[in-house]
Amino acid sequence: MIILFYLSSGLFLGWSLGANDAANVFGTAVGTRMIRFKTAAIVASIFVILGAVVQGAGASHTLGKLGSVSTLAAAFTVALAAALTVYWMTRMKLPISTSQAIVGAIIGWNFYTNNPTDLNILSKIVTTWISGPILGGVFAVLLFMLVKKFTKVTKIHLLYRDSYIRYGLLTVGAFGAYSLGANNIANVMGVFVSAVELPTINLGIIELTGTDQLFFLGGIAIAIGIVTYSKHVMETVGNTLMPLTPEAAIVVVLSQAIVLFIFSSQSLSNAFQSIGLPPIPLVPVSSSQVVIGSIIGIGLYKGGKEIKYNILGSISLGWIATPVVAGIIAFFMLFFVNNVFQRDVGGDRRIETKEVVTSRDQDVVSDKTVMLNDSAENNQATVVPDSRGVTNKEETSDTPLYALVGLLLSLLVISALFYLLFREKKKIRHQKRKSKSVEEKYRLKVKNLEKNYEERINQQTDLGKELKFRQNEMVTMAMSIIHKNEFLSSLKEEVIKIKSGVKDHETRSGLNKLSLMITQDLSIDRDREKFQMHISEQNSSFIHRLSESFPKMTDNEKRLASLLRLNLSSKEIASILNISPKSVEMNRYRLRKKLKIDPKIPLSDFIRNF
Amino acid sequence: MLYKNVKQLVFDIDNFIDTVEQGVLVFKEGVVNYLNGEKASFADKIERIDRLEASADKLQRAIDDKFYRHSILPQNVSDIEGMLDKIDEIIDISKDNLYQFDDELPFFPKELTGDYIRLVDASAEAALSVFPAVRTFFREPAKVRDLLVKVYFYEKETDKIARNIKRKLFHDIKDLRLSQKIHLRYFALHIETLSDRAESLADLLSILALKMSI
Repeated sequence: MIILFYLSSGLFLGWSLGANDAANVFGTAVGTRMIRFKTAAIVASIFVILGAVVQGAGASHTLGKLGSVSTLAAAFTVALAAALTVYWMTRMKLPISTSQAIVGAIIGWNFYTNNPTDLNILSKIVTTWISGPILGGVFAVLLFMLVKKFTKVTKIHLLYRDSYIRYGLLTVGAFGAYSLGANNIANVMGVFVSAVELPTINLGIIELTGTDQLFFLGGIAIAIGIVTYSKHVMETVGNTLMPLTPEAAIVVVLSQAIVLFIFSSQSLSNAFQSIGLPPIPLVPVSSSQVVIGSIIGIGLYKGGKEIKYNILGSISLGWIATPVVAGIIAFFMLFFVNNVFQRDVGGDRRIETKEVVTSRDQDVVSDKTVMLNDSAENNQATVVPDSRGVTNKEETSDTPLYALVGLLLSLLVISALFYLLFREKKKIRHQKRKSKSVEEKYRLKVKNLEKNYEERINQQTDLGKELKFRQNEMVTMAMSIIHKNEFLSSLKEEVIKIKSGVKDHETRSGLNKLSLMITQDLSIDRDREKFQMHISEQNSSFIHRLSESFPKMTDNEKRLASLLRLNLSSKEIASILNISPKSVEMNRYRLRKKLKIDPKIPLSDFIRNF
Repeated sequence: MLYKNVKQLVFDIDNFIDTVEQGVLVFKEGVVNYLNGEKASFADKIERIDRLEASADKLQRAIDDKFYRHSILPQNVSDIEGMLDKIDEIIDISKDNLYQFDDELPFFPKELTGDYIRLVDASAEAALSVFPAVRTFFREPAKVRDLLVKVYFYEKETDKIARNIKRKLFHDIKDLRLSQKIHLRYFALHIETLSDRAESLADLLSILALKMSI
């Protein structure tokens, strides 16, 4: 049970690996609905476990060479440090790889326990991290060319091609999952291999050693990650770097699987050696970075227009930042576990344990810590040298070099962290500046609008005044016309009256002429015409509105409405239009009907408010 | 299982295209029969096109069902469905047009019969030229554009013949009433629609082919 507790950090790491990295294998297939998530999850889970158990030892062995974490507490801490790094950097949206995190954490353990880091192995691992994506890109280009050629030559029906692609995606996905399990199980369980010794289980046909059992458990953790959490990642993955067609997805997954397989296959490495080639370094590589390399390869082959090149910078940053951050976290956590929880973390930081037996019947009941050192040099007496004690002493001459490397790495990390913080702050500052400028822009806009509004109000007031003046002018004009017409009418009546009393023929004809002139002036009144024109001009917008709302209105009706707008009575309107007041009333009635006015609303009110 | 469904779907699509192609041929023959006054043959064509259109509809529904039920070609299914809709429109138009001859019984003067036969030939040829491109689209999308040249050619020919007929109707022929002229003009227009639909399908095909070959 206690072993399971210690394994929990590795299992957590396995879970997060399954949740994130399964998308590299089945992401596009599920995202484009070529394969159902259920099918993808089942296939990926089975093949990840198979890969881990059958072929997981190679990469794990290399990690062991980098730093053989010898105690369970140390292995737990190292895996936890890697897991926390993965979690923290994912939260910070920084590029992350479990492989780089675990390597960094192991180096952190090496530093804390004064265990020498094999620089040869380290350089081998780092070279693989760089060559992995490049190799992925090369394979992707070759495979893509092959697929294109094959499609062109075979002329397969679009629908048959779709079904072949599905089977292809499933097969290649299974291979990818197998390679992922084989290569990346070292990240999950590699650190526990030296620390945990489990009895071999004989199942008749197969025999499961302790390491196999650990890899099986790790594989299950990855599978649980795939089943429980990878769906969301798979459905969102795909177009982050470049949009992929299903054919390109097959190529990408296959090249990634080949790269992961190459860096985890002992038999392939042996085959290389047998023909005189150098052995293949069996190292855990980041599946995500190989996928990115493959996609970039295809992108470059297609002309490189669609690639988001800034991702390359992020990968390079990940190569440095991830192991350094993981190493520092591991170092401090080991210090904490070692000094606060008094757990043995191996190397020079071993704790001597005395077993105190309280009675004959009882087993060991407690551990009594003797001590552990903050500094091996100061407490040489309490340190129990491990089997490599001699070697360590021999390597003390290397310690300053390691200290220097450590210092340099720490400086590098601190500068990387400062850089990240600076970048983040710069981003925030930029956003703040941007939002401030936007705010300022809007403030100015609002000010302008307010100013415009004020101007409009003033304009409207001026226009209102002008309108009132014009209306008064028109009313005065109308009144003068009415007055003149009334005067002419009374003059005509007087002339007719005088004419009836006059006998002289000459005077009678003169009076007749005068009466005719008055009648003509009344009917052809230039003032009236001028006034009507004036009315039309002044009320042009009103007439336009009326015509738009009531297209069937005649010109006479529009003229009547304009006069009603001046608040003139029917009699006054009759005088202006030289028609009888009854005709005006009739016209008002027709206008009312045409405008469909509510009987309760007076016509003049409706027109004034229109 | 998936392969079996795909096989059936490919068979259905081929069958669907064949049915529509036959429909166009029947339409062409039907119009010629009408123009030549061969009533029995025309009635037979009406019956045949009715059967073919119903069969095309049935096949299209089956194709739709298979595409969505088995999630075949999920990324391009809407494009292909759009293309099949346009193919179906061709047989729909052919059937409607032939029925219009049957319902409205237009009178064609002898001097125009030849023109109308040429018109229906060109229009049907435009439609018939699009089917090889549809079949090629599924196997070699890159070659589709080459095959569509004929469609555009026959569509333009149809337009030209139809314009000539209309000019003859309203400029040269004096014996017909205006109502008859308008009636015949509409029939030229109906026949022309077939080549217009073929052109619209060709446009869609060329875009889809380009999309598929990228």
